[in-house]
Amino acid sequence: MAMTLAEAIIAKHTKDPVEAGSICRVSVDFAFTNDITGPPAIKEFRKMGAKKVFDPARCAILPDHFSPAKDIASAEQIKECREFAYEQDMLFWEVGRVGVEHAFLPENGLVLPGEIVLGADSHTCTHGAMGALATGVGSTDLAAAWALGETWLRVPETMKVSYEGTPSEWICGKDMILALIGKIGVEGARYMALEFHGEALGKLGLDDRFTLSNMAIEAGGKTGLINPDEKLLQYARERAARHFEPIFADKDAVYAASLTIDVTDMEPQVAMPHLPENVKPVSEAAGTPVDQVFIGSCTNGRISDLRSAARILKGKKVHKKTRLMVIPASYEIYRQAMKEGLFDIFLDAGAAISTPSCGPCLGGHLGILAAGERCISTSNRNFVGRMGSPKSEVILAGPMVAAASAVAGHICHPKEIMA
Amino acid sequence: METTLKGNAWVYGDNVDTDVIIPARYLVTSDERSLAAHCMEDIDETYAKGVSKGDVITAGNNFGCGSSREHAPIAIKGSGASCVIAKSFARIFYRNAINIGLPILECTDTDRIAKGDLIEIDLTKGTITNRTKGETYHAKPFPEFLQSLIGLGGLVPYVRTRLSEQGR
Repeated sequence: MAMTLAEAIIAKHTKDPVEAGSICRVSVDFAFTNDITGPPAIKEFRKMGAKKVFDPARCAILPDHFSPAKDIASAEQIKECREFAYEQDMLFWEVGRVGVEHAFLPENGLVLPGEIVLGADSHTCTHGAMGALATGVGSTDLAAAWALGETWLRVPETMKVSYEGTPSEWICGKDMILALIGKIGVEGARYMALEFHGEALGKLGLDDRFTLSNMAIEAGGKTGLINPDEKLLQYARERAARHFEPIFADKDAVYAASLTIDVTDMEPQVAMPHLPENVKPVSEAAGTPVDQVFIGSCTNGRISDLRSAARILKGKKVHKKTRLMVIPASYEIYRQAMKEGLFDIFLDAGAAISTPSCGPCLGGHLGILAAGERCISTSNRNFVGRMGSPKSEVILAGPMVAAASAVAGHICHPKEIMA
Repeated sequence: METTLKGNAWVYGDNVDTDVIIPARYLVTSDERSLAAHCMEDIDETYAKGVSKGDVITAGNNFGCGSSREHAPIAIKGSGASCVIAKSFARIFYRNAINIGLPILECTDTDRIAKGDLIEIDLTKGTITNRTKGETYHAKPFPEFLQSLIGLGGLVPYVRTRLSEQGR
């Protein structure tokens, strides 16, 4: 039977019959938590009576959420993760080396094509861009994977999304995924896998592909898969921490749903409060004042995101009543941005640059909003209270719109700043 | 786990996300009682103080969307609520609730339930009786594998059994 990418990857990891809707016991290639989901996972791991993780080179904790420790309680959580990691001899990186998990792991060749990857973080779907069936789970499921090296998965139905056409210079991966979520809604792909295809996808750089896959969860998806191409395989081979075998969808696979998005005349997209499906073209939101701009996160904190923001900000100033937070998602990105002179552009514009962290995305630290404040953010969620006060607002956008809005002090199409 | 549950309904709409069930600013602990004190506070300031043991949360579609934080079902369980009934659940929340032993039911009739209605649930039969309105609704049965997982007492006992089979 011809298989979708999700089915083909599951079939390589199970002895159970694979068809959409069936439940399979699968082996897990890599399993990780962060500093928030880590402590409950450790507690459940102990309750399970487990002594050792199944393979310390395939189990990791990444302290990226409330790190560098934002307060005493966060420091205690990170300490608990650190002590467990050393006890188990598993992967753990300190501040100064760790990055935002979904940027850091692919950079370090720890998530690879053809693999099944579990993360106790909903944005684990990001790694679908590596051609891995990567999905978010809770702490108990993750603890079970650490103990057994396996998990159960319901074989998802797959929605095929084809991006066709040629986009303008103002369009990035963020606009493409927001357009999809606006179309199908926050539960449009609930329990399903998304599989991205099309001419416009093939031309996208890897950073933009990570952005696409990252927000599959915002449509309810289990993962956002992309068939590996030569560009991706070369990236993976250069970095791979272990042997891997890429897996591909069959050409004649049957999809539960298919849709096409033409990017040719697409305008940059924004998602208004308080759901990622409240998507509009930027022109319809233009002029809305913003107090803060955040460029970073596992969605848009990669080097090409920083380059596109810098292109807009070069020689310009952040509006006097607006603050701009720039947070590179990893130290590799941080160093690269510094080498390329992007930090000078940001600093000259009057932006704050912080150390890699999830930071304000989930209302942790490094840019929390007061009541009545509004932030335009390159992150992935705009739920009530997501970035601070329950009376604050978050609007989601790509890095070019975010940078342009920082200069204007209100939501703004980047072409107006560049005119 | 008790199989008969009884309490009053707290009614919410579609897309109740895990950020409002338990905001990230409280995720500096995974202690059930500390989390329960802030459960639902960003959409309903009356919930954490007003909820009584056994009460039932009802909602529309996609309950528990967003973050994978297991703190969300832990906060609900810690608050004293005995069950969440929704038209549909986001997949990570669905797994998490089963794993930590918070009963959840998928039922398309939640619009029939009003705030404060007295609800009685038979988990083994999957029936939801609205004593206030004198109506009975039926929950969608769990897949066979999940029924056996729930029967074992959740994922923790399941893993414990698997580990002892493997002699680890």
